[in-house]
Amino acid sequence: MEGIKRFIADFGLPRVIITFYLLALFLAAPLVGVSLPASISDSLIRIGMNGIMVLAMVPMIQSGCGLNFGLSLGVIAGLLGATLSIEFGFAGVLGFVVAIGISQVFGAVFGYGYGKLLNRVKGGEMMIATYVGFSSVMIMSIAWLIMPYKSPTMIWGFGGEGLRTTISVEGFWRHILDDFLAVRIGDSFKFPTGAILVFVLVAVLIWAFFHLKLGTAVTAVGSNATYARASGINVNRMRIISVMMSTMLGGLGILVFEQSFGFIQLYEGPLYMAFPAVAAILIGGASVNKATLVHVFIGTALYQGILTMTPAIFNAVLKVDMSDVIRIIVSNGMILYALTRKTKVAK
Amino acid sequence: MDPAKPILSLRNIGKAFYGNRVLADVSFDVAPGEIVGLVGENGAGKSTLMKILFGMPVIHETGGYEGAILFEDREVRFRTPFEALDAGIGMVHQEFSLIPGFTTTENILLNRESFNNSILIDIFGKRISTLDRMTMESRSKKAIDKLGITLDPRMLVREMPVGHKQFTEIARELGRENVKLIVLDEPTAVLTESEAETLLGSLRTLSAEGIAIIFISHRLREVVELCDRVVVLRDGHNIKDLAARTTSIKEIASLMVGRTMEAQARIDAESAAREEKASGDGEPVLTVENLWVDMPGETVRNVNLSVRQGEIFGIGGLAGQGKLGIPNGLMGLYPAGGSVTLHGEPVALNSPRAALERRMAFGSEDRRGVGLLLDEGIDWNIAFTAMQVQDKYVTPLLGGLLKWRSDAAMSSLATEYIKLLEIRCTGPRQRAGTLSGGNQQKVCLAKAFALRPDLLFVSEPTRGIDIGAKHLVLDTLKKYNREYGTTIIMISSELEELRSICDRIAIVYEGRIEGILPHTAPVEDFGLLMAGADKDEAPATAGGGN
Repeated sequence: MEGIKRFIADFGLPRVIITFYLLALFLAAPLVGVSLPASISDSLIRIGMNGIMVLAMVPMIQSGCGLNFGLSLGVIAGLLGATLSIEFGFAGVLGFVVAIGISQVFGAVFGYGYGKLLNRVKGGEMMIATYVGFSSVMIMSIAWLIMPYKSPTMIWGFGGEGLRTTISVEGFWRHILDDFLAVRIGDSFKFPTGAILVFVLVAVLIWAFFHLKLGTAVTAVGSNATYARASGINVNRMRIISVMMSTMLGGLGILVFEQSFGFIQLYEGPLYMAFPAVAAILIGGASVNKATLVHVFIGTALYQGILTMTPAIFNAVLKVDMSDVIRIIVSNGMILYALTRKTKVAK
Repeated sequence: MDPAKPILSLRNIGKAFYGNRVLADVSFDVAPGEIVGLVGENGAGKSTLMKILFGMPVIHETGGYEGAILFEDREVRFRTPFEALDAGIGMVHQEFSLIPGFTTTENILLNRESFNNSILIDIFGKRISTLDRMTMESRSKKAIDKLGITLDPRMLVREMPVGHKQFTEIARELGRENVKLIVLDEPTAVLTESEAETLLGSLRTLSAEGIAIIFISHRLREVVELCDRVVVLRDGHNIKDLAARTTSIKEIASLMVGRTMEAQARIDAESAAREEKASGDGEPVLTVENLWVDMPGETVRNVNLSVRQGEIFGIGGLAGQGKLGIPNGLMGLYPAGGSVTLHGEPVALNSPRAALERRMAFGSEDRRGVGLLLDEGIDWNIAFTAMQVQDKYVTPLLGGLLKWRSDAAMSSLATEYIKLLEIRCTGPRQRAGTLSGGNQQKVCLAKAFALRPDLLFVSEPTRGIDIGAKHLVLDTLKKYNREYGTTIIMISSELEELRSICDRIAIVYEGRIEGILPHTAPVEDFGLLMAGADKDEAPATAGGGN
């Protein structure tokens, strides 16, 4: 009993409840006529889609810059990579690789400026980050219209200028990761090996980074910036490095998301990318200044699992299509819950 | 002014915070119109004594006090400051408790305002009454006049020079009708010399009117000049009750910093043992010229000193005089200027990295703020600086392109120091934030030792730790100095501690080195330097390194 109590205290009662709720949803699925294999498959695909954007939160949390509410900036770098790769006529694996390459260049440049800005507002990073996210999306909304893209698959059919709000990546790199070595069982179960592999690979790279001398310095800056400065660390430089990493991962993350989703969403698309990632890592047990990869894995699995399962079950029970409404209620509810518990680290 | 009939008498006052005794058996009397000076080193118990007298809640919450306080022949036991105020005791605090956006008058008469009468008050009650500013102004003027100074009653506190703020505070205490005793805690600390003179003059005026005054100050000259009697506290004990007329600054100073006979004997024996070593070396390792450091509360104005190879050099002085600014400035933590040479080569200031690369290390007085990563393990805390500055505890990968942190090497380093310094912990991975103060200090020292420094600064290494840990820390420093020949500069506000391990001790006063004495110099000489006695009064600065 003591052991259980300690476990609940360490793990956090709400997280225990969320976990049991998710399990209950999976158990209820067959009873209400929802296919269990399909549900699990959907959940896995969503985890693969979103995982890297949750990972993008880790560097900035570790360096003391807080949660990256300005993830949209990284997402924009990813969108630039995606659209430019298509514009240049690359397709298939090459197209995806070129998109990643371009997104990382933009991510590095954006991240550097973003980091410089955050160094000037120490203590208020998260609020400023939110505004950076919003304003960059708005500036890009204009830019998507006026940039000289020519590829007919992307520009508006009429007028011939400006990019469309939604661009299909079919014929370029749709499902390029999801279908890589995918394991199919029956009609409805698919294990998205490629996407999960990339997620794990990036996680390993981040784990490795934080085991380097440089990564150790970044962690120390987040833990106690004065200590780090007294140890001869250039605090601002470490913070910029973490912001650049976060932004570049955001770019990679959205490309992985798009190949699975099948579409590039421009204009206001990036606006709502930061919140789910923030919520996932918080639900995973991270705090504003400490995050581990375990938090990322648990958080992504719980958040995306619930987001996939809840509408499916509720639709089946209520016999009306409310999936989008329920999805919005659940996702924002979880974001709200997550933000209220942003200071305590769970194990 | 009948000395037989004191207005206030303290009888055997004692107080312990959580088993840590800060006051024991303190007794003295204050007669009406008498000015009693209360002196003692930092931590001697002056503030605690005044908190007891004033009924501060903190005393109450920590279990009250022992002994009795008699005020006007009645035993009193104030539970809140309001009761003390009502009884006629006023207190002027070290920190200004004034409202910046209010005028002098409003501050002086806060919560004691005069009101206009109006028919509305009869109907709606007192809350609707308006201020009678004319009466208030004349009342505050009266209080100010008692001080014998001029203050603009309509000036905003925000716009005043500090001296006027201090006067406003005192005037507020005088503004009460029944005030019979005023306690002034370091009232001259923030004043210029001429302002202080004015204040002392006003205090004399007050005492002539029959108001008793308890005057707490580090400036011994003022105390001797102003007070009728001087009470010296040391380590919570009432050491001596002196008539000011017959005493001297020197006597007070030696009483303040003095010690028991056997402790003295032990220190003397220890210093005799160190004698030959100290005199042997003469090579200066660190030379500091015209150093200034902008560290808030510990400003260093102009420091010149030179430290010899292999010695333990002490820097002492009272709080706020700038002794802490010296190591913090030299290690690049606060803006600093001046010329500093180490082994004959200039050291770049304002860069912690440059200082660390020259093999200077620092154990900060601010353990939790600067010294430790509270959320990380002991191993990280000890190894981090050495890892970052000297590439220790890393394994090069890809031909040195990447430097992989070696957790095993860090852990074994931590284990080694845990054993060496007897750090009480569950293992090298225990978070530093969960350690006790003494063990945190040991971790800080281990961090500095791990750098294998040529020159080690330790600032207040024994602050807030218990006696056992204190000895261990000091012994470790001594051992380190002897075994590795590391030059150590130790900053401490405890003179006794400095004298027990240092070869020479510099005393800092108002941002300057007031004098450098060998550890064998008599205590009263140190006391004089700490109190900023004039140069001609001070003894020759034997062994001075400038």
